Amino acid sequence: MKPPAFHYVRPETVAEAVAAHAAAGDARYLAGGQSLLATLNLRLDSPDLLIDISRIAALRGVRREGDQIVIGAMTRHVEIAADPLVSRYLPLLVQAVGHVAHPAIRNRGTIGGSLALADPAAEMPACALALSANLEVAGPRGTRTVAADDFFRGTYQTALTEGEMLTAIVIPIPDSPARPGFAELARRKGDYAMTGLAMMAGPAPRIVWFALSDRPVRALRAEAALVEGKGAAIVADLATAGIFVTGDQNASPDVKRHYARVLLARALKDLGLS
Amino acid sequence: MKIAMTLNGETIEAEVEPRQSLVDFLRGLGLTGTHSGCEHGVCGACSVRVGGQVVRGCLMLAVQADGLTVDTVEGLSQSGEIADLQAAFHRLNALQCGFCTAGMLLTAQDILATNPVPSRADIREHLSGNYCRCTGYQAIVDAVAEVAVERSGG
Repeated sequence: MKPPAFHYVRPETVAEAVAAHAAAGDARYLAGGQSLLATLNLRLDSPDLLIDISRIAALRGVRREGDQIVIGAMTRHVEIAADPLVSRYLPLLVQAVGHVAHPAIRNRGTIGGSLALADPAAEMPACALALSANLEVAGPRGTRTVAADDFFRGTYQTALTEGEMLTAIVIPIPDSPARPGFAELARRKGDYAMTGLAMMAGPAPRIVWFALSDRPVRALRAEAALVEGKGAAIVADLATAGIFVTGDQNASPDVKRHYARVLLARALKDLGLS
Repeated sequence: MKIAMTLNGETIEAEVEPRQSLVDFLRGLGLTGTHSGCEHGVCGACSVRVGGQVVRGCLMLAVQADGLTVDTVEGLSQSGEIADLQAAFHRLNALQCGFCTAGMLLTAQDILATNPVPSRADIREHLSGNYCRCTGYQAIVDAVAEVAVERSGG
């Protein structure tokens, strides 16, 4: 279908974008548009105004600031995959990006857009949690920082309030013993995950599931078993311990728990943990 | 809204409604080689090149292409850039109804530009976002693989 009519502005600064949102009745920030425009075409949403943030230079690119990597919210998936700082310090993102939809979508879609949408089956929210990211937010009441741990509130629900937008993803450079693991089951490469795993192994491991619940969720019991030096089989058995798993059109909760056990066992094996 | 873009090498100006998708805009100009299929980013029939990268023409508004370079299958045909791919598609029967073909050609050209010697698995993965509802994938992969060999001096 065709989207309902809306107005369109293309500000050049974050301040202008936030002001445009505040002045409008019902506005949406347009980043890569790979979910928003599909939503509009399906007439699931009908805002008065789209605020195209794609030409705001301050929202683009990856840089190092001390012991942190800062990724602009408008940085496209294709740019993350090719970025030397990301390859060197955050290889988890490179592994994950290959599973984000298809090349034509990755050429437009952005990391900030994926986080702000908070699809429970998306890769980037889980990676943000696994990498202990902090998300920088700008809005009508100024700027603030929200930990990824506190950002995701449910299916398409985040800590962003009316008029707020993501501006950057700030990720502490992982300690050198920390190593990434990523595994995903989908019916076809590029489809939404049926069950997915993003993890960082090391002294303070983080094991994060996506497509298992209404938001990315840490496997705290499995993480604790890993810290205690338990064997891979025991850790994998704890894959979904204490986690409320929801079924969807792909699989029942029982099947998803099984997938999770298999994926965690595979990821631990790939990491050389047995 | 008034927009300007470099379309198939030519500078154009136009007045568009903000809600008009890039694919509908292009088709309205008579460039009907690009097809509008699912209109929500799944099928790939609307693939065009913006700033040298393949994108979904249904998930981009015409106003978002303001100031950018847009290439369609017509432009790539006229310049001869994909002549060998088109010949291989024809020779190997890599199209039946033809609805997906423009998108397949643009995406095929994209993988050959970034990965000159792709495996069949690479080709399938790169084309995984383009649907052929005649299900002629085998011949499409054959055609792309053949051109990869030809272009790499094979």
